[in-house]
Amino acid sequence: MSKRSDGRLRGLLRKEFLQIGRDPSSIAIAFLLPAILLLLFGYGVSLDARNVPIALVAESPDADTQSFMARFEQSPFFQPRNFATIQRADRAMLMREVRGVVWIRANFSRQLRTGVAPIGVIVNGVDANDARLVEGYVQQIWTSWIAARAQEARIPTPIPVSVEQRVWFNPAVESRNYLVPGLIAVIMTLTGSLLTAMVIAREWERGTMEALMVTRVTMRDILVAKLVPYFLLGMGGMAASVAIAVWLFGVPLLGSISVLVAASTVFLLAALGMGLLISSAARNQFVAGQIAIIAAFLPAFILSGFLFDIGSMPTPVQFITHAIAARYFVAVLQTVFLVGDVWSIVVPNMAALVAMAVFFLGAARLMSRKRLD
Amino acid sequence: MWRRVLALVVKELLAILKDGKSRMVLIGPPLIQLVVFGYAATYDLNHVPIAILNQDLSAPSRDLAARFAGSPAFQELAALNSAEQIEDLITSRRATLVVSIDSRFTRDLLLHRPARVQLIVDGRNSNTALLALGYANTIIADFGLSWAQDHGGAKPPAALDIRARYNPPLNSQWFIVPGIVALLTQVVTLLVVALTVAREREAGTFDQLLVTPMRSVDILLGKGLPGLLIGTLEATVIVLAAVWWFNVPLHGGLLTLYAGLLLFVTAITGIGLMISSLSATQQQALLGAFLFMVPSIILSGFATPIANMPDLVQRLTLVNPMRYFLIVVRGVFLEGATFHALLPQLWPMALMTGVTMIAAGWLFRRRG
Repeated sequence: MSKRSDGRLRGLLRKEFLQIGRDPSSIAIAFLLPAILLLLFGYGVSLDARNVPIALVAESPDADTQSFMARFEQSPFFQPRNFATIQRADRAMLMREVRGVVWIRANFSRQLRTGVAPIGVIVNGVDANDARLVEGYVQQIWTSWIAARAQEARIPTPIPVSVEQRVWFNPAVESRNYLVPGLIAVIMTLTGSLLTAMVIAREWERGTMEALMVTRVTMRDILVAKLVPYFLLGMGGMAASVAIAVWLFGVPLLGSISVLVAASTVFLLAALGMGLLISSAARNQFVAGQIAIIAAFLPAFILSGFLFDIGSMPTPVQFITHAIAARYFVAVLQTVFLVGDVWSIVVPNMAALVAMAVFFLGAARLMSRKRLD
Repeated sequence: MWRRVLALVVKELLAILKDGKSRMVLIGPPLIQLVVFGYAATYDLNHVPIAILNQDLSAPSRDLAARFAGSPAFQELAALNSAEQIEDLITSRRATLVVSIDSRFTRDLLLHRPARVQLIVDGRNSNTALLALGYANTIIADFGLSWAQDHGGAKPPAALDIRARYNPPLNSQWFIVPGIVALLTQVVTLLVVALTVAREREAGTFDQLLVTPMRSVDILLGKGLPGLLIGTLEATVIVLAAVWWFNVPLHGGLLTLYAGLLLFVTAITGIGLMISSLSATQQQALLGAFLFMVPSIILSGFATPIANMPDLVQRLTLVNPMRYFLIVVRGVFLEGATFHALLPQLWPMALMTGVTMIAAGWLFRRRG
C-alpha cells in the first residue's frame, strides 16, 4: 500500500470522527443506549416468581388446614391472602389480584383420615410459564407437608422416593444471572447494526456518496473508515455493559477477560458488517433503519436463546437460529460469565462468529461498488 | 379541512407505499416474524437432552428410567455408567439434566426407607432449569405413587387437584401469540409515524408544507392517520393469523378488542408524532423511536411478568401503553374479558392518546 493511500484513509477517518463528534446521536447510541438498556433490562427482566399473591380458602378452618396453609405463609414464593369462600377468591382472581387459589373444602379433616382428601388448586394459566412455576411451588409445599405429617405420625412416608436437586453454575437459580449476559449480546447487536446501518445510507441520501466517489479514495477506504470509529465506539459500549453486569448486578464473571474481548471483537465485526450491508443495500435511511430493527434486534431478542430455549423450538426454527449472529455470542457469554472458559463451547461458537463476520463484511464490500444506478 | 387532511393522508400513503423497498419492509418482515416468533417464542420444554446414570440396575429403577425416556419433555441422550461423565456432559451443554439413581434404590424402596434420586441440572438458563426440575419431580412423584400402590404402601392422605384456568393445557403459545399482536403493531406504527416528519424536514419539504394553507392540526392528522391505518390493518392480519393459523382460542368480543386496539394505535401514533417533531434528522427520529420502543417492549409484560419487577420499575410500566394493550388482547383472547372488565386498561390508553396528541400538536407549532 502506498503512502498516498494511507494519507487518504487517514483523512477519511478524520472526517468520520469529526462527523461523530458533531452529531451526538452516534455517541448516544454507542454509550448511553447500552447503559440505559442494560439498567432497564437488568432490573426489569426477571422470570423469578417470588411473592406470588395467592388466595387461600379453608371452608372450615381447623388444625389440619392450618398446618397446610401455614406453609404458604412461610414460603418465600407466596404472599397468601385468606378468603372465606371460593366465590370471593374467584372474584379476586378475575380482578387479577391473586394469581391462584388454593381451596380446601369443608370435610377436609374427615377425608384426611378416611381416604384421600382433595386439595383444589386453580392457577391463572394465561401466562403459562408463570403458571407452571407456581404449580411447581405448590407441589413442593404439598410434598414436604405430606412427608412431615408421616414423620409426626411415625408411619413410613407415602412418598417413597426422595429427590436431591443440584443446580450447577447458578445455585440460587437467579434468572438475572443468565439474562444479563444474554442481554449484553442483544444490546450489542442493536447498537452495532444500528450504528452502521444509517451511515452509508445517509451518504447516499445526501448525495455525498457521489462526492466521495469522484475523489481518489477507494471503496475499501470508505468502508474501513466507516468501520473503525464505530468499532471503537461499540467496544466502549461493550466494556460499559460488562462493568455494569459485574459491578452492579453482581453476575459472576468466571471466564477470562481475553476470551471475552476476543468474542466481542469478532461479534462486533459481524454486527457492524451486517449494518454496513443493510446500509449499502438500502441506500435510504428509512428502509435501513427498519431493516436494522427487524433483521437485527427482534431476532436477537427472540431467536438467540437469550430468553427462549433454542432446543425447545421446532426444528425448522432451530435451523433459522443458526443464521443469527447473536445466538453464538449469547452461548459464549453465558458460559464465560457463569462457567468459565469451556473450550468445547467457546471454540465452535467463535468459529461461527468469524465466519459470519467474514461473510457480512465481504458482502458489504461487494455490495458497495463505485457505481451510480 | 377534511379535504386537505385527506389529500395529505393520500400523499403520505403514496410516499410510503410507492417506494418498493419501504413497502416490502412494511409487509414482508412482520408476517415472517409472526410465523417464526409464534413458533420460536415458547417456554414449553420439548426434547430437553437428558442423561441417566442408573447405578441400581433392577426392575424398579429401570421402570423409573423408562418413564424419563418416554416423556415428551425429555430426550435421553445416553445411559451413563460412571459419575465422572456427568461434569463434561453438563458443562459442554450436551445434556441439560442428569438423573442419577442411587445404587441402593430398590433396597431402600423395599425397606420403606427414602430411596434416593439425584437431579443435576444446568442452571445457565435458570428458567429451563426450574421447568426441567418440575417435570422431573412430577415423573418421580408419579413413579412413587404407583410403586406404593403396587406394593401395599401407604397412600398419601391428601392429593392435589391442579387446574389451570383460561389455558388448561398451559400452552405458552396462547400467551405469546396474542402478545405478538401488540408487539408488531407497535413496531410498525411507530416506525411509520416517527420518520414521517423527520424525513420531510431532512428533505426540506416540511417548510413547503408549512406555507400551504394547512393548519398544524391538519398536518398532525395527515401525518398521523396513515400510521393509524397501517397499524390497524397490520394488527387485523395478525389477529386473523392467531385465530386461523395458530388456533389460539378467541373467547371475547371483537368490538372490545378493536376498542383496545384503536386506543393503543392512536397512543402509539401520538408518541411517534412527538418523536418525529422533536427530531431534525431521520437518524435522530430512529434513535428516538428506538429509545422508546425497546424499553416499552421489555417492560410491557410481553415476555416476562411485570409482577417480577422491582416496585420502582413496576411503577414505570404504568406509562407504557403496551402494558395495557397486552392485558386487553390476552384478556379478550383467553379470558373472554368484557369491555367493562377491561375498563381499567382502556382509560389509561385513552388518557395517553390525549396527552401525546396535544403534546405533539404543541411541538409542531413550536418547532415548525
